[in-house]
Amino acid sequence: MGLVTDEHPAPGLAVTCQEVVELVTDYLEGALDEDSAAEVAAHLRLCGGCAEYVEQMRATIRALGQVPVATLSEAAQADLVQAFRDLRRPDQSRQGDG
Amino acid sequence: MARPASDDSSQLESTPTARQATDSALVDRLRAGDDEAFSDLVRSWSPMMLRVARTYVSTDASAQEVVQEAWLAVIRGLDRFEGRSSLRTWVLAILANLGRTRGVREARTIPWSSLGPSETDGPAVGRDRFGGPDDAWPRNWTPVGAPRPWQPSPEDEAVARQVSGELSDALAELPERQRIVVSLRDVHGLSSDEVCSVLGVSAGNQRVLLHRARSRLRGHLEQHYATRPAGWGS
Repeated sequence: MGLVTDEHPAPGLAVTCQEVVELVTDYLEGALDEDSAAEVAAHLRLCGGCAEYVEQMRATIRALGQVPVATLSEAAQADLVQAFRDLRRPDQSRQGDG
Repeated sequence: MARPASDDSSQLESTPTARQATDSALVDRLRAGDDEAFSDLVRSWSPMMLRVARTYVSTDASAQEVVQEAWLAVIRGLDRFEGRSSLRTWVLAILANLGRTRGVREARTIPWSSLGPSETDGPAVGRDRFGGPDDAWPRNWTPVGAPRPWQPSPEDEAVARQVSGELSDALAELPERQRIVVSLRDVHGLSSDEVCSVLGVSAGNQRVLLHRARSRLRGHLEQHYATRPAGWGS
């Protein structure tokens, strides 16, 4: 740690926690350049608070995948499957070719 | 089970060979008139398509019609699908065309190029949780400000349903463009490329909106964990 100076901070110390929480999406999206991504990764190995923060972001994203969503009514879905049968009946397309 | 997790979809995007193999097997089944394959597809993609359609038109009823129209166009157009994009991207493009046409008629357009301060401003985490200029570690977590582990985890069966409810409420409170982007990405599992192309938003703006939205949603869950430590599961 004695080697750390303002000009050349050790890997992970050039970025602050306050910056990491604003970079986390770019980091998870793979949108950071290689050096910045390495710096954030090094920071996460040093900093329990930021490691926890990133894990909470990931947990939030996973939990969003479980939120209930609206869909078409069963009747509308059945109508579409019927339309598919009517329009793409296998024997019909063979007849069309012949 | 109906929806792919976002991690899966990004993996799908990163392995085009695997994607093409899956796609072409599925397209073969559809072209052969396999109605079970079609029914499965309608079941798994319609929620995502409805959410996309709703970004173009002004009512849920309109969105339902657009999605049904899109499926009919998919059935009719299957023979024209060339596999240059994934099947899902192709279906989304058909949907987007129909939705945009209808949106113009309904005079509904969301500006994606000019993001206002309400969509982009504000820190991900309150400034008071970081050290000030005179502290030992300026701009790093203070001992009190650092995030606490979430117990039980949001995925724990005992709390998963409440977490879902909290997130649904929090989503409804987000500014519209943030809500749309985070819903398509994280609720419905679209890739960033797919979101950019269906919404006509730049990759940069998409990330800004996603970042704001995810940060707020994480903050919402954090607050919930902090304020009712004993309330979960009961």
